[in-house]
Amino acid sequence: MGWLPAPVERMLDVALVGELTVVGRDGRPITHPLIPLYDGEHIYLHSSTLFSKKLEHIKRDPHVSLSLSDPVALKGVPGRATIQGTARVIEDDPHSQWERLILDLWRRKEPVIDAFLKQRIALPLFFERAVIEVTPTRCLLWASGDTTDEPQRFVAPREEAA
Amino acid sequence: MPRGGSVPAHAPGTDDLARLERYPFVVVSWVAEDGFPVSVATDFRTDAAGGIVTLRQPVGDGLSIPGDRTVSVVGSHIRPQPGQGYDERRYLQLWGSAAPAGGGVVTFTPTRAWGWDEQEVPFFEYSERSVPQSRHYLAQLSAEKGRTIRPRLDFGSWLLRTTRLPFLSATFVPVLLGIAIAASHGAFSWWLALLTVIGGAFAHLAINVANDIFDTLSGADQANPNPTKFSGGSRVLLYDLVTLRGLIALDAAFFGAAAAVGLVLVWATGSLTLLAIGLAGIGLGLAYTAPPLKLVYRGLGEIAVALGFGPIMLLGAYVVQAGTLSWEAAVASVPVAILISLVLYVNEIPDRSGDAAAGKRTLPVRLPAEVVTNAYLVAALAAFALIVAGALAGLFPPFTLLALAAVPLAFRVYRGIRANYSSPYALMSSMAVNVNLHLFVGLGLLAGYAIAIVATALA
Repeated sequence: MGWLPAPVERMLDVALVGELTVVGRDGRPITHPLIPLYDGEHIYLHSSTLFSKKLEHIKRDPHVSLSLSDPVALKGVPGRATIQGTARVIEDDPHSQWERLILDLWRRKEPVIDAFLKQRIALPLFFERAVIEVTPTRCLLWASGDTTDEPQRFVAPREEAA
Repeated sequence: MPRGGSVPAHAPGTDDLARLERYPFVVVSWVAEDGFPVSVATDFRTDAAGGIVTLRQPVGDGLSIPGDRTVSVVGSHIRPQPGQGYDERRYLQLWGSAAPAGGGVVTFTPTRAWGWDEQEVPFFEYSERSVPQSRHYLAQLSAEKGRTIRPRLDFGSWLLRTTRLPFLSATFVPVLLGIAIAASHGAFSWWLALLTVIGGAFAHLAINVANDIFDTLSGADQANPNPTKFSGGSRVLLYDLVTLRGLIALDAAFFGAAAAVGLVLVWATGSLTLLAIGLAGIGLGLAYTAPPLKLVYRGLGEIAVALGFGPIMLLGAYVVQAGTLSWEAAVASVPVAILISLVLYVNEIPDRSGDAAAGKRTLPVRLPAEVVTNAYLVAALAAFALIVAGALAGLFPPFTLLALAAVPLAFRVYRGIRANYSSPYALMSSMAVNVNLHLFVGLGLLAGYAIAIVATALA
């Protein structure tokens, strides 16, 4: 079950873009704007094989953070949040596995995806995709959106027990 | 070609800092002691001349921007367009070091930059330049999983893409016109007509696939980062949607089918002229890209296509029906030849840098934009002038002048080339109209002959 606070879940439900930060080969942070999807427990992001360096980074170091920061992408839902977690790459079948796992979530947030999928012939490699499943462990919430305010802090129950 | 994307990481300049100013806020990231990245949105201002960015310090335990490790600063703009996806996509990432500056701010000095702006590098080009990364990733994944993992398309889409099936109109127009002219001369056999269409289609598909094989092996397709659905080849080999061996097998099957149908037609008609035409067509199709002749590399591609999809297809179809050659069919093949070579000619415009890199001396590679643009209009109007001359001279039936209804399309293409000569994706609509120009002129000529045939029958 999910433990993220309701305002953050609301942001995840509407966010059209979030900034996923991964740890690069040389230990530096690398940030990618991606559409986050949320099933109430895990956060799912996805990547075409065309832009798959981030997948290589995650497989080497699964620590990630996701920033929900753009008021436009959040469609007016107030606040900002940063979620830290561990990620795993689901890539057994980049052709169709992502469709089974996340297409419904994606479609709900961005119905236009069906129109793009019909054009798969035009961009075949763009739709060869891997799924990034993030298990949140910590969360910072700035309810006002101002990060010079002290954030509220939330920790996954497992993490808290440890 | 680098594996990842179109914009290599580079030392940041004043341009990068000026670009950063366009974003309303940035996300600052670093890797904390516990190994997790921390990322926080914050306000900023840039000093492009000084090469620094001043960041407002986020507040909270563990949120002080550290000065002892690499910090990343990202500006991102991805504008959602309801029902259409996104546009104005751009982002810029800077890496560098931070130092406290007092007053709740830190000074960030970038040392490395990377980004993408779709107004500078269109999404399709960005994707195309990233193909090597996709291949690398899937090769690694295959090694990790111990099985071959390659990209796929459903069979119908794969076949459509691999064979470039929609371009078969280039075959149907001359073949059907040759059959119609023969029918207007009183020579017509349904089953021979059907076999001619099928054989011509197989030959065309075989040539399409062969050209793809040779263009990929020569590096021409890889060198072209701006393919469109009309240009740049099928790219199925480049994308690893099929193996080289698989594509060669498919091509051999098409060539075999074309040869089989051709031999049946030669046997049925007993025409050595047809055999010669068929051999010339297959030879020309192969010589287009295949060594040693590689006609397209020598600046003869447009002529080869004009001959193959003009006189050879049209006269071949005529000879199947009538058993002999005909001046009328030969003259009628010229406007068709001009218009099909103009399809290639316009499609070569966005390919010109890739073609030049691969040593293909097409007309758009060799000629300045102004000449290429004006020559298009002259050639297209010449095709129409021939139709008018043929009709006025009584060589063609009068109703073939119906083809003139397509004249406005030629001007639309001309205006499109003039406006979008260096914008491959904007040129796509003109390329589509240009394909239709060839098709509609062909249909106009066919309609003219059909009316003549019906009128003769009724008389």
